[in-house]
Amino acid sequence: MNSALIVPFIVTLVAASTPILLAALGELVVEKSGVLNLGVEGMMLIGAMTTAAVMLTTGNPYLAIGSAALAGAFAALLFAVLTLSLSANQVATGLALTILGTGLTALVGRPFTGQPVPTLGPLFPPALANDPIWRVIFGYSPLVYLSLAMVVAVWFFLMRTRSGLILRAIGESDTSAHSIGYPVIGVRYLAVLFGGAMAGIGGACFPLMLTPQWAERLTAGRGWIALALVVFAAWRPYRLLAGAYIFGLLMTLEVYAKTSGGGFRIFPSEFWAALPYLATILVLVLISLSRKGSTSAPACLGKPFSPAG
Amino acid sequence: MMRLNRRHIMQLGGAAAALPLLGGQAFAQEKVKVGFVLIGTPDDNGWNYGHDQGRLFMLDAIGEDKVETTVVTNVAEGPDSERVFRELAQQGHQLIFGTSFGYGDYIHRVARQFPDTRFEWATGNLTAPNVALYNAKFHEGRAVLGTIAGLTTKTNKIAYVGSMPIPEVVMGINAFALAARKVNPEVEVTAVYVGSWFDPPREADLARSLIAQGVDVITQHTDGPVIPQIAESSGIVGVFGQGADMSAFAPNTHLTSIIDHWGPYYVQAVQSLIDGTWTNGSVWPGLKEGEVLIGPYNPNLAADVVAKAEEVKNAIIDGSLHPFAGPINDNTGTERVAAGDIIDDGEFWAVDWYVEGVSVVE
Repeated sequence: MNSALIVPFIVTLVAASTPILLAALGELVVEKSGVLNLGVEGMMLIGAMTTAAVMLTTGNPYLAIGSAALAGAFAALLFAVLTLSLSANQVATGLALTILGTGLTALVGRPFTGQPVPTLGPLFPPALANDPIWRVIFGYSPLVYLSLAMVVAVWFFLMRTRSGLILRAIGESDTSAHSIGYPVIGVRYLAVLFGGAMAGIGGACFPLMLTPQWAERLTAGRGWIALALVVFAAWRPYRLLAGAYIFGLLMTLEVYAKTSGGGFRIFPSEFWAALPYLATILVLVLISLSRKGSTSAPACLGKPFSPAG
Repeated sequence: MMRLNRRHIMQLGGAAAALPLLGGQAFAQEKVKVGFVLIGTPDDNGWNYGHDQGRLFMLDAIGEDKVETTVVTNVAEGPDSERVFRELAQQGHQLIFGTSFGYGDYIHRVARQFPDTRFEWATGNLTAPNVALYNAKFHEGRAVLGTIAGLTTKTNKIAYVGSMPIPEVVMGINAFALAARKVNPEVEVTAVYVGSWFDPPREADLARSLIAQGVDVITQHTDGPVIPQIAESSGIVGVFGQGADMSAFAPNTHLTSIIDHWGPYYVQAVQSLIDGTWTNGSVWPGLKEGEVLIGPYNPNLAADVVAKAEEVKNAIIDGSLHPFAGPINDNTGTERVAAGDIIDDGEFWAVDWYVEGVSVVE
């Protein structure tokens, strides 16, 4: 790859990383509270479809992002009622949420398919955003800067606030947290709603930034990558940032491996396509080998909690 | 017209079973029932849209008093499609179109059980007494696009984004590259595969990275209009519509399109069923028969480019130009087709090499 390609390469990488970073940040908070929501892909699709619908009817991108967050949170509320109030199995309910999101958006989104959606352009003025060099820092949609701000916010909340400590305590030992008087179910509701809103905003990146349109199954599996990313990051926000950009790097390498010659062609493009998943497996192995590894997943992850015991 | 999805078809089966109770009136009208099985939905602006437009064209031409159609959408290529074909046959559809390659085994299985029902398999490769084949020479249209690409590129770098490395796509790339290099021998063609029939984010990233590397004309062989959108926003020279006119997505960049026009074939097939002359043929029409059309040209396209494109199109139509006329070298420099020779329709499906000037990562 020659040096003139480095800027477009990084711009593509950052854009590709942003939706998975946003969705994974939400899922990280959900899992830290002890809940496993496998419905990320479905909630992202709901966010993406809502964004396209609001953009095509009102043209206001910020209203579209807000609606996507609300729609994602609403889908997550359905999951929360089933799993937290009614103690349904979290894995099955999460998978059902993805199937529901896929089918529902295909049906409801039908009037919005096949129409170009206006995008949300760079945050900074064109002099900076279109500069051939500086666009590597200033050339992005506000969604990219939002995702970076959210990394700091989520880290600060989880690690530096009392509420964050309570949420982590609930994820590690729900019965102890309950016995000293913390509202386990209430906190988990809020975490799941936050996760849904973040997945919805992650979905909003597709019509607003990456693929300016709505189509059935538009996110094409990015929600599953977000789920893998949380495990890859060992449930730590700063590692999540690094992980999202590593995944984005690997996805972009695959694209450049196909379109440019040179060193990329040592390996077939399928190898690059498989790398994010191979990397996840590798990290899981490393985690389980290390002594501290067994404590990295929240202890109550995926276990239903009922106050009666 | 009825539009169903798979879940409704069982209920419809029940309703059809009750029909004989209504007495002989149904027979007096002599309406033929024709079924269409689609892999996606007609909203895709591409393959399925084309087949549905063809069905509507046929209904219009033959008349809804003589024919009624049933469309089953979102039928995956696999064992479940067998159930759909059997249901349609049991409901008394006399002619059933399976519009995807992967339905073949299941069409043949059901066809053996319903010898009086006629089946037609789009892009298929095996007939039976009651199974006919039909296909379209999309690569003829790609030769016209290649001509335009070769004449309009300023960087001499053009690209072809394909879905999967199957014969139809490989030969689309070859037809495009041969035509482009004929009018501009300097042209280099980068061919890439998405690796999926549907992954808009990856298609968009592939288009962006091609553009970053100096590619200024792109054609795509995938199902959606994402690549025209990226091309438009990047302000490159050109992009083409696939399956349908996509100029709404790229008003300045969309140079022209290949449009699948199945309508006349569907009219002919259904009319032959009504007349009792249906045969288990195998047809492969193209530009000449009007099954593959070249869409409107962008008004900004230079007149001499349009003239050259029309010249290639008309030469293919009148038979004076074959898209795969020799001499053809492959991209390693080996001669594959001698001067005066062509790749004929039978050899077409066995080509697993790319012509000179194509670089590809499969």
